[in-house]
Amino acid sequence: MKKLLVYLFPLILFTNISFAIIEIDITEGNREPLPLAISEFFHDNNQEIIDKKITENIRTVISDDLERSGLFSSIDDKAFIQNNRAMHLKPRFADWRLIKAQGLLTGELAIEDDRLRVEFRLWDTFAEKEIEGLVLITTIDNWRRISHMIADKIYERLTGEEGYFDTRIVYVAEEGPKNKRIKKLAIMDQDGANHKFLTSGKELVLTPRFNPVRQEITYLSYFKNLPRVYLLNIQTGIQEVVGDFPGMTFAPRFSPDGGKIIMSLAREGNSDLYVMDLTNRVVERLTDSPAIDTSPSYSPDGKKITFNSDRGGSQQIYVMDSNGRNQKRISKQGGNYATPVWSPRGDLIAFTKFYQGQYFIGVMRTDGSGERLLTENWYQEAPSWSSNGRVLIFYRETKANNAGDGHSSSIWSIDLTGFNERKLITPVDASDPSWSKLIQ
Amino acid sequence: MVSTFQNYTRYLVIVLFALFLAACETVPNDSATSTSSTSSSTAAIEIQDGVYVGSDTIEMLAVDVPDRIFFAYDSYSLTKAAQDTLEKQAKWLKANGSATIAIEGHADERGTREYNLALGDRRANAAKDYLMTQGISSSRVTTISFGKERPVNSGSNKKAWAQNRRSVTVRTN
Repeated sequence: MKKLLVYLFPLILFTNISFAIIEIDITEGNREPLPLAISEFFHDNNQEIIDKKITENIRTVISDDLERSGLFSSIDDKAFIQNNRAMHLKPRFADWRLIKAQGLLTGELAIEDDRLRVEFRLWDTFAEKEIEGLVLITTIDNWRRISHMIADKIYERLTGEEGYFDTRIVYVAEEGPKNKRIKKLAIMDQDGANHKFLTSGKELVLTPRFNPVRQEITYLSYFKNLPRVYLLNIQTGIQEVVGDFPGMTFAPRFSPDGGKIIMSLAREGNSDLYVMDLTNRVVERLTDSPAIDTSPSYSPDGKKITFNSDRGGSQQIYVMDSNGRNQKRISKQGGNYATPVWSPRGDLIAFTKFYQGQYFIGVMRTDGSGERLLTENWYQEAPSWSSNGRVLIFYRETKANNAGDGHSSSIWSIDLTGFNERKLITPVDASDPSWSKLIQ
Repeated sequence: MVSTFQNYTRYLVIVLFALFLAACETVPNDSATSTSSTSSSTAAIEIQDGVYVGSDTIEMLAVDVPDRIFFAYDSYSLTKAAQDTLEKQAKWLKANGSATIAIEGHADERGTREYNLALGDRRANAAKDYLMTQGISSSRVTTISFGKERPVNSGSNKKAWAQNRRSVTVRTN
């Protein structure tokens, strides 16, 4: 991915941060989406260099991002009454209130020195004032990222939480029959755009995870029939094996600073947790139990690790200090638990639960209290958090019939509230999703 | 007369309710992973205590030397039948002193991917350990876990899962 330079200029200096009339409490589930009017950004007609498609697409990308969050609805532009430069300078608020728009987005595009200048304003139609405004300058082919960044700004302004639209998802693309499944690493923007395969499918690959600070992925590859943890640099495409271990390494995940990889090592039938410092390649053993210890995940401050173990006789979730001390079980509501992942906000752990023949994605506090199950299905697992900790993605499989047909695998997202469950569209079947932080 | 009619109606209601209950009970419940074999008559014969005891999917390393053993759900203990098979494999390895093998450990689809990788490793090593107790040198045996990635039966039913919970011995030279 090429380096992107974006300049941000605040349009207006707020003289007083007055209370906004439009505001969303996103901890409240199943609320009515807030209606927004998102206008097509205007530009001077002599600026032929700006493709008509770009102006349409910017609007679509922003509007789709916001609608997918479940918090906003986009008013059909056929209902729009005003669509010109004047609107961007001073909308006729009463007109927009008539079509029930509580917020109005206007914008202007221009080309300056071969660069795309995008200016947008977000208006509160009831308070009759501008509540957000920015100028973004970048190369023309970056219009899509600019759109995601604008959607992030709107989300942030209206919910008080950081947005998560300028992000990407790495996952395993799957093809072919179940017993000869071909799996490739694939990457795409959070909305499915810019889809790209990262490996050829020659080797079995599993469980890719983003480095939180670098354009890098760690994953499991069966290269030469030796299942080991690998690193892949997304920019250069260079892959390298992580460490020199005497057995299968698997279940890798980066530390929050991106400098370490924590993973399982299987030796003679026993899987324990190890951590490797990527700078000096020093390896440290963290657990030493005769049971299976796997699926480790750091807390965002790097001080704790949650992991999956069957040391008590069944698969449960444990938490320990990052040096391996003070290991204790936190899951206790009955059933089996797996794939714990610490929330980027630090307060929750997402997990897979297997109970009475069904699979659940849920969250609990880091001491195991307050368990909430968000979704139930025949098979689903492997939650991954959005960068702001408000949304989870995971994968779900359908049951095959007795001939082995009818099986499929796909990525889904759900809000922390348990609402707004959606399937992500991918070109082929999909599993093992990992959601990036906001792109830097 | 009226009361008889009412009795009839009540009786009818009870019968219909009983039929409804019976219908509910016959809804197949494949998603349960319990090892009871009540589903179909063939499954009842082929699965014992959650372990596949049939002969489908099995290939032969040599005459009367089966290549695979089967496990119960989330288990890596060796059944008597599994030990018998491994003893046959050990004899065959002794008779073919230059042969080297890989033992592949597999799990069914009813478990999370990473845990199943560890479980497959456990199963492959349980088989390897038993071969070593039979006098086979560990230098001739490698293990590899495929977790739930390479099912032999692509179905989503008890028989398929039992056939997929396995370790398979493959000759590597």
